Amino acid sequence: MASLIPDIVEDALVAVPEVPGRRRRPRLRLWRAVVLFLAGAYFLIPIYAGLRFSFENDAGHLSLYAVKAIPSEPGFSAAFWLSMRLAVVTLALTLVLMVPTSVYVHLKLPRLRRLLDFVTILPIVIPPIVLILGVLRAAPLWLRASPYLLSLVYVILSMPFVYRSLDAGLSAIDLKTLVEASRSLGGNWLNTLWRVVVPNLRSALLSATVLTLALVLGEFTMASLDLWTTLPVWIYQFQQVDAHVSTAVSMVSLIGTWLLITLIVSLDRSQSRRTRRRTNNS
Amino acid sequence: MAPFSIYSFLGLGVPIIAVIYYAFQSEQGKPTLSNIALVTHGSYLLGFENSIVLALITSIVPGILGLILAYAIATSRSATLKRLVATASGVLANFGGINLTFMFIATLGSTGILTAWLSAIHLNPWNFGFNLYSFYGVALVYLYFQVPLMVLVITPALGGLRPSWREAAENMGASSWGYWRYVGVPVLMPSVLGGMLLLFGSGFAAYATAETLTAGTVTLAPIQIGSLLAGNQLAGQENVGYAVGLGMFVVLAVTMILYGLVRRRASKWLR
Repeated sequence: MASLIPDIVEDALVAVPEVPGRRRRPRLRLWRAVVLFLAGAYFLIPIYAGLRFSFENDAGHLSLYAVKAIPSEPGFSAAFWLSMRLAVVTLALTLVLMVPTSVYVHLKLPRLRRLLDFVTILPIVIPPIVLILGVLRAAPLWLRASPYLLSLVYVILSMPFVYRSLDAGLSAIDLKTLVEASRSLGGNWLNTLWRVVVPNLRSALLSATVLTLALVLGEFTMASLDLWTTLPVWIYQFQQVDAHVSTAVSMVSLIGTWLLITLIVSLDRSQSRRTRRRTNNS
Repeated sequence: MAPFSIYSFLGLGVPIIAVIYYAFQSEQGKPTLSNIALVTHGSYLLGFENSIVLALITSIVPGILGLILAYAIATSRSATLKRLVATASGVLANFGGINLTFMFIATLGSTGILTAWLSAIHLNPWNFGFNLYSFYGVALVYLYFQVPLMVLVITPALGGLRPSWREAAENMGASSWGYWRYVGVPVLMPSVLGGMLLLFGSGFAAYATAETLTAGTVTLAPIQIGSLLAGNQLAGQENVGYAVGLGMFVVLAVTMILYGLVRRRASKWLR
């Protein structure tokens, strides 16, 4: 990734065409190169340092021991699977709650869109630390004893991103015509939703999925205060045992999340390309 | 609609009401103002002061840096660069917490890589009073997600700065300074202020990064809530955490009202 810096700077230097009558251009280019170089250094050096630290042993030599040790460290697999279960439950709940709601509001109650906009922006405005404070006080005991309380709260946290991508997706299709066509052909509501609306919302659903997964897999504040050892909490606690392993897990989970996102996005892209080709051919 | 209303009421409404309600309750369940009085004095007041100062620093400095970076990119003609920065900003603005902490410990911790590079030229920052695990260390780390956030917020506003305005100003004999003094800055000001208010909110509310970086040793309002929730509280002050939470609500509510006002003014130029 560090090799990106020269490219960016070069890009910036090459890309500004000469505009006649502008004397300041050469100075501006130098200024831009300096800004981009400093920004690149600030954002890339920590990534490099994190990777480097993950592939080092205590003596400072290159080594894969930290990465190899990850799966066998005490508590790691429990934390990993807890995070995975929370992610799956959160994702399922979010989609089941948000998809029908946004479709229904778009179709029947467009006046309520502003209200929904407002409600779904609240989780960004309210600090997570204050929200979990209230949740832990208000939740009944049997719920507080379960890790899935976190999933229930993560659904709230993911609402701003999920609703916004669904809203954008729904605004881009002719929902009313699609639904009326399906209904007049005898499809019931569930059928219409599952076989007509959802396939048309594929990329909106994908971005909602990606955002929710990234949020759940990286969330630290609420999990640590609810005293559940999810993956980020385990990473934090384990640094006292071996900081190299902790950093390695943190970097691997980061890269894993990015790879997952890239994979999902590129799958979607190739899928929609294929669909387009099929439509063109027919 | 009904399931959504019920869910968001239970998940958002009830916890907020609980925080406000218990802020005004004594441990015996009687209404009281003693929690509020406790929070507006002494160490809790210091927590708020520090949090506000931290939020101010991490909104003004990244606000200016983000503006410069966004301007450097907006005026470039390279589409690749623009796309790259837009994607990177989206990813980095949501960064934070444990990953960021580890990356910075590996960079600027006492045995970090950048620390080693700088010591090689006898500029080890730790010898000059720098401490990553302190208030200013936290501020430095916050730049990592605040600058990209500013770039995301301000780029549309920079796009609204039409080249024709600059040409018009130059035709009427304005110097570069004159253009910025009378056209550029007044047009951009509301958007810049709005972006900074957003950064203020994000810096004020952040918990995970500060907590993991300093192990909770910095006196900030969110860290105090975390410490109270973890059971570090004096007898008879069990509800003080809710009062701190209420205080954070008040600060953020004021920020968001200001943001709404500023945005209304900014949108005038973005049509």
